[in-house]
Amino acid sequence: MLDAKIPNGPIKSKWEQHRFNCKRVNPANRRKYDILVVGTGLAGASAAASLAEMGYKVKSFCIQDSARRAHSIAAQGGINAAKNYPNDGDSVWNLFYDTVKGGDYRSRESNVYRLSEVSNNIIDQCVAQGVPFAREYGGMLDNRSFGGAQVSRTFYAKGQTGQQLLIGAYQALSRQIGKGNVEMFHRREMLDLVTVDGVARGITTRNLVNGEIESHSGHAVLLCTGGYGNVFYLSTNAMNSNATAAYRCTKKGAYFANPCYTQIHPTCIPVSGEYQSKLTLMSESLRNDGRIWVPKNKGDNRPPLEIPEEERDYYLERIYPSFGNLVPRDVASRQAKFRVDEGRGVGKTGIAVYLDFSDAIARLGKKAVSAKYSNLFEMYEKITGEDPYTVPMKIYPAVHYTMGGLWVDYNLQSTVPGLHVLGEANFSDHGANRLGASALMQGLADGYFVIPYTLGNYIGSSDLPEISTDHEAFKLSRKEVEESLSKLLNIKGEKLVDEYHRDLGAIMWERVGMSRNEEGLKKAITEISALREDFWKNVKISGEGTHLNAELEKAARVADFLELGELMARDALERKESCGGHFREEHQSQDNEAKRDDENFCHVAAWEYTGSKNNPSWSRHTEKLDFESVKLVTRSYK
Amino acid sequence: MSENSKNMTIHLKLWKQDGPKSKGAFVSHTVKDVSPDMSFLELIDVVNSEFIKKDKRPVEFDHDCREGICGTCSMVINGEAHGPQKATTTCQLHMRSFCDGDTITVEPFRAKTFRVVRDLVVDRSSFDRIIQKGGFVSVNTGNAQDANNIPISKPDSDRSFSAAACIGCGACVAACKNASASLFVAAKITHLSLLPQGQLEHRQRALNMVDQMDKEGFGACTNTGACSLACPKEISLDSIALMNREYLKSSVKER
Repeated sequence: MLDAKIPNGPIKSKWEQHRFNCKRVNPANRRKYDILVVGTGLAGASAAASLAEMGYKVKSFCIQDSARRAHSIAAQGGINAAKNYPNDGDSVWNLFYDTVKGGDYRSRESNVYRLSEVSNNIIDQCVAQGVPFAREYGGMLDNRSFGGAQVSRTFYAKGQTGQQLLIGAYQALSRQIGKGNVEMFHRREMLDLVTVDGVARGITTRNLVNGEIESHSGHAVLLCTGGYGNVFYLSTNAMNSNATAAYRCTKKGAYFANPCYTQIHPTCIPVSGEYQSKLTLMSESLRNDGRIWVPKNKGDNRPPLEIPEEERDYYLERIYPSFGNLVPRDVASRQAKFRVDEGRGVGKTGIAVYLDFSDAIARLGKKAVSAKYSNLFEMYEKITGEDPYTVPMKIYPAVHYTMGGLWVDYNLQSTVPGLHVLGEANFSDHGANRLGASALMQGLADGYFVIPYTLGNYIGSSDLPEISTDHEAFKLSRKEVEESLSKLLNIKGEKLVDEYHRDLGAIMWERVGMSRNEEGLKKAITEISALREDFWKNVKISGEGTHLNAELEKAARVADFLELGELMARDALERKESCGGHFREEHQSQDNEAKRDDENFCHVAAWEYTGSKNNPSWSRHTEKLDFESVKLVTRSYK
Repeated sequence: MSENSKNMTIHLKLWKQDGPKSKGAFVSHTVKDVSPDMSFLELIDVVNSEFIKKDKRPVEFDHDCREGICGTCSMVINGEAHGPQKATTTCQLHMRSFCDGDTITVEPFRAKTFRVVRDLVVDRSSFDRIIQKGGFVSVNTGNAQDANNIPISKPDSDRSFSAAACIGCGACVAACKNASASLFVAAKITHLSLLPQGQLEHRQRALNMVDQMDKEGFGACTNTGACSLACPKEISLDSIALMNREYLKSSVKER
């Protein structure tokens, strides 16, 4: 049983008491500590900037050509906080409660409470940095609503909230780079974690421009490398989003928690053809004003505007009258899938539902709707060639976020001492389903307001002798990384990396997607392992390792996806209940809602890597989840 | 997903260059059966698959979010940064903007300050260095007052947002005959100087950022407006006027 090191005491004072109890590092001593921060999204950039401000020596790494391009930039809708500016009854407790409930009671209470507690500081911090959130004419901040909440607590900057928050964090990071407190490494990919006596002491990176394998030594490693949604090939993640850094840490002793918890977002632009390289999200904020529907009758192929009101089924409003179109993502996605499976899907492929703004345009006027969503509407039109002001959008669920990730304790430390994991890369706060506008909140909470305290506690209470990159552990790691890359290059097979990735994605979507069952999961495990075996015999990668080589980068990432995909299926198979985004067909209520099994599965599943180098296997550990403040009940949005 | 659309044949001339010091050249390639719903970068994906299958080396290009927001993609298409469609990044350009039988020329963003790394990939780190000189509000984590204690008028906030929407792609530099970075720098100065936060440092900010821009070797602005036309986020030329005012006033008061 894993120990999450949750502080004692009532939930409302745990964090405050813990901060007081945390060891601190004298300001004059902080400059003696090198902190390696991998990733420059919201979690990574905010952590690197905050730690550098405090006086630590920070090295920051990103795979992009600039820290500003990390995938947090693409988050659209908003960021939650318990400010209660709209006076609609919100509070820290309310945000905490909604998040625990939204996660279907599979998150860690203490972490979620802390997240809600610091949510307000985040908004203050971002405004102080100059983040141009939406405002009302009186000059005050505006809010809107997101799924799973009955209050308006989401702060936003049009449909570009992630961009604006990331630019804020990037600017704070840039300021520290300019001052010489952060050394920035662009176009570097972390390919291994270096441990000395079981403690994280550095990383091995590849310079993506010239292929050099480099070592970086530090006193702690912060992994802020995002989620693993691209296991599915098609997702709303960026093309270069990958799980390699995180997954490779599992081979150095970090446990991977709840890998089967993936979020399928209900409102994305549907797949249009074979060549499709990624999917595009249409922000959840659209569900504030858009109404989701399908024709009442199967096979009704009339254009949407010709289908009269009484022949439309606004199914979310019908099934969930209290939350309507603003049910949480897992619920909305599943219901869309049910409609399509019933044969009531729309569009050329029949794999889509309508998201209709005609009522909102009639009620508020086109101008008001455009002020809120113009960039999303334009994006939709660019991709589909259709104008959503006049024709309802066609949308369908797509993989968007992963709640699972490396297991961390209350201090955000993994099972490897010194390896801390922040943001989407960890698992702790969203349980089995993340509520909209909570990912930005968590990334920034971890980076700005949690790690500055808990990292000090780690450093202040550990003996960390200087270790140079000449140490055997670094040499060995470099050698292993070089060998595995040259092994990939020397296969010289017939099948392209993308073809393997697409095949893996098809298996994952079909069997480990929105709806799962025992038979399918078992098949997935066999199929993935066969695909992986074939990959290592027959993959074709062009070029060499000594220059910019996107194919080689992709191949190494797909090799890791081919293992992680199997782990996701195994986790899904073992979790014999339905909760949040994890829907096991064998475990559903009469009206097709997820049926939890609190008796047997009220725990985190954390997987330890026990395999050899190319023959993965895992063993399952658990962390019991105690619900002291929120009562375990069946989640209902009806 | 335009419902009745015919697939096309497209002829491409793609820039290939092994490294910053190598000589580059165009290679020609024809792609058949191109769906009009395909994005431009998906077309390049298809080209690369065909190249690899024929044991030719693929063309390297920068891309990431493919949603028009990360600013990574950087192609000059038929002589225009990000191609023919207004207010659109390369990744959001779709093949329905082209016709069957078209020949399309693809080059990297060209500027002295944007060294070619390989093929269509360029080095835009100069932009980062400009931001490091002053493109921020100097506030440490933990110092903030309640967010609503800083009221900001909606028009100011909206204008600030419009400038802050810059994605740092560099199309402005690629489109400018002088390879000036004025629009990029002006967008940041405009974003921050319209807000009450960071007012105390606005003069120093303008001086430091403009100085760094010059030091990086970007050309001068001659007000042709090509930058704003190429900008996928339609950053207004007014921001350059604002920057020039800030710089001038600051030069008098601070130097």
